[in-house]
Amino acid sequence: MAANGADLVIDVHGLNKHFGAHHVVKDLALTVRRGEIFGFLGPNGSGKTTTIRMLCGLLTPDSGEGTCLGYDILREPREIKRHVGYMTQRFSFWEDLTIRENLAFVARMYGMPERKARVEQALTHLGLADRATQLAGALSGGWKQRLALAACLLHEPDLLLLDEPTAGVDPKARREFWEELHALSARGITVLVSTHYMDEAERCHKLAYILSGTMLAQGTADEVIASQALVTWAVRGGDLASLAVTLRELSAVEQVAAFGTALHVTGSEADALRQSLAPFMNDPALQWQEVAPSLEDVFIHLMNRAQATGPVVAH
Amino acid sequence: MSYFSLSRWLGIVAKEFIQLRRDRLTFGMIVGIPVVQLVLFGYAINSDPKHLPTAVLSADRSEFTRSILSGLKNSEYFSFVGEARDEREADRMLATGKVQFVVTIPQDFTRALMRGERPALLLEADATDPSATSNALSAINQLAQTALVHDLVGPMAVLGASPTAFEVRVHPRYNPEAITQYNIVPGLMGVILTMTMVLMTGLAITRETERGTMENLLATPATPLEVMTGKIVPYVMIGLVQVSLILGLARGLFGVPMIGNIGVLYLAVLLFIAANLTLGLTFSALAQNQLQAMQMTFFFFLPSMLLSGFMFPFRGMPGWAQTVGEVLPLTHFLRIVRGVLLKGNGFSEIGSEAWPIALFMLVVTVIGLRFFKSTLD
Ligand SMILES: Nc1ncnc2c1ncn2[C@@H]1O[C@H](COP(=O)(O)OP(=O)(O)O)[C@@H](O)[C@H]1O
Ligand SMILES: [Mg+2]
Repeated sequence: MAANGADLVIDVHGLNKHFGAHHVVKDLALTVRRGEIFGFLGPNGSGKTTTIRMLCGLLTPDSGEGTCLGYDILREPREIKRHVGYMTQRFSFWEDLTIRENLAFVARMYGMPERKARVEQALTHLGLADRATQLAGALSGGWKQRLALAACLLHEPDLLLLDEPTAGVDPKARREFWEELHALSARGITVLVSTHYMDEAERCHKLAYILSGTMLAQGTADEVIASQALVTWAVRGGDLASLAVTLRELSAVEQVAAFGTALHVTGSEADALRQSLAPFMNDPALQWQEVAPSLEDVFIHLMNRAQATGPVVAH
Repeated sequence: MSYFSLSRWLGIVAKEFIQLRRDRLTFGMIVGIPVVQLVLFGYAINSDPKHLPTAVLSADRSEFTRSILSGLKNSEYFSFVGEARDEREADRMLATGKVQFVVTIPQDFTRALMRGERPALLLEADATDPSATSNALSAINQLAQTALVHDLVGPMAVLGASPTAFEVRVHPRYNPEAITQYNIVPGLMGVILTMTMVLMTGLAITRETERGTMENLLATPATPLEVMTGKIVPYVMIGLVQVSLILGLARGLFGVPMIGNIGVLYLAVLLFIAANLTLGLTFSALAQNQLQAMQMTFFFFLPSMLLSGFMFPFRGMPGWAQTVGEVLPLTHFLRIVRGVLLKGNGFSEIGSEAWPIALFMLVVTVIGLRFFKSTLD
């Protein structure tokens, strides 16, 4: 890996991107270390895909700078493409080519030596060796995703950029997919993966949360949770549905969410929250317990705060 | 790192061929369009219509005029359906399509004939459909020589000895330049190439954009030059196949002469294909999706058909239309093909028609490069 002796595989800052008058990515900074599985979270339309495309040279930032694998994102996109495996949000392999033809084509685009052998190897590893002559378009969602991952890995990239790779994939396939990602990470391959799923967020070493183009939090799951200093109480028993309605009216309560048989009541001011909840805590039908806020509590908090304070408005 | 890798380029070419082969409809169009068009156009023109409705406007009646008219009738090309009372009625009959021809025998025709003044017989033809009249027109000139052979005897035989005793003045109306089948079959080659080359390249590239596969392609180290040229190579070959098919059918079915050098013709074809492909590429750079690429193609194709001299004789068009026509590659290509096939033209004669095509291509390439994106911006 070139220049940036440090282990920063992605190191960009001040990235901006407009589409017409629409400011889609705002002063974004991102650092990802080698071997990390880095989760990139944010609601739809918050700029995740746009950011990933800027990282691999598919979009040119309006301003900003930085490196990806030590190569300058503005001046050396071709070098970056050579060493990055990018899996697009939508399946973007050729549905009218067979599985083998798709892999062979990719191998050729990267000018790989011993193409035939590597393609066969990938097919075997995928478990698709006996279906290699099927058209890619005939595959189910889960298999398409596995094919796409295999194709992205064919040229042995140092960095994987995965854009919502598990959208629409069943839980079992998702779990296998994540096991594969951890295996890759153990081999020193860095993975940046965007996702909507909280359980997937928790499987990442590091996280970043982006909203309307602005990075709101970055770090390990614990760091992200701690950074917002939220207090969450879990309450069980009684009529939780009507209790939720009542609690939402309290000014110290920021969010009330149902988790199975419990309600999670979250606020950012510990004392104010405790005072507001005091009358309900005396109700013998209810059992109260302070719990650690979940990632989801934190993300919803970030979203609400952004909406309330103005400059960053989700749409 | 190279900006052009032969292996990558071949990979793109191979992929395009595989996709083309699986796309039955496109594949069918490639072979089907030339065959169907050629057969339709060719046979429509090949037909030799006879017994065409003809009116007579006669201001003079004599043995001679009767002989001439019966001679016309015997040629089987003319069938007399009525007599016009005056010029206005004759005009109307032509205009409404009631008759294809009006034969006008002027006053004092017989007297002038006997004096050896070689009077003129006027034949007005509705030439909107020239293929319908061309054979009849050539028949009437033959007739002028033979119709009066039996009548001009004795002292008047001397009149028959001159080239012709009378003159036939043909006045083709509505369409002064009669296009023949030889003219149209080679022309069809240019029309088909314009259609398929511009459309197919336009579609080939917007298809990748529309399906999202372009993002994947651009994320690999493949360069725009490799992608663009790699994707059009198959279509160059398709163009050459179409040309060969058309030439073969033109020869086999219609006996279109091929006087000039076929090598020269193929070089001109390559230039023309290249010009159309660059236009297709430029359209695909401008279009957001396949539908738009298709619309742009038709927007270009229609004037090409109409103003190139394929549909209507070039010299019969108004000045502005000729100016537009001169810009279109098809106009020049038609002249080259007709020149090479029918007149035996070589390099020295086609040069003046080749450079406008090259210039068109250059301008279109510059525009295309301005709009072509190697990113998704
Ligand atoms: N090519 C484009 N042209 C115009 N607007 C775009 C384009 N790509 C994305 N956008 C807009 O930018 C915003 C961010 O999109 P995106 O990066 O795809 O978000 P995400 O991946 O987080 O869902 C959205 O509002 C989207 O409509
Ligand atoms: Mg996205």
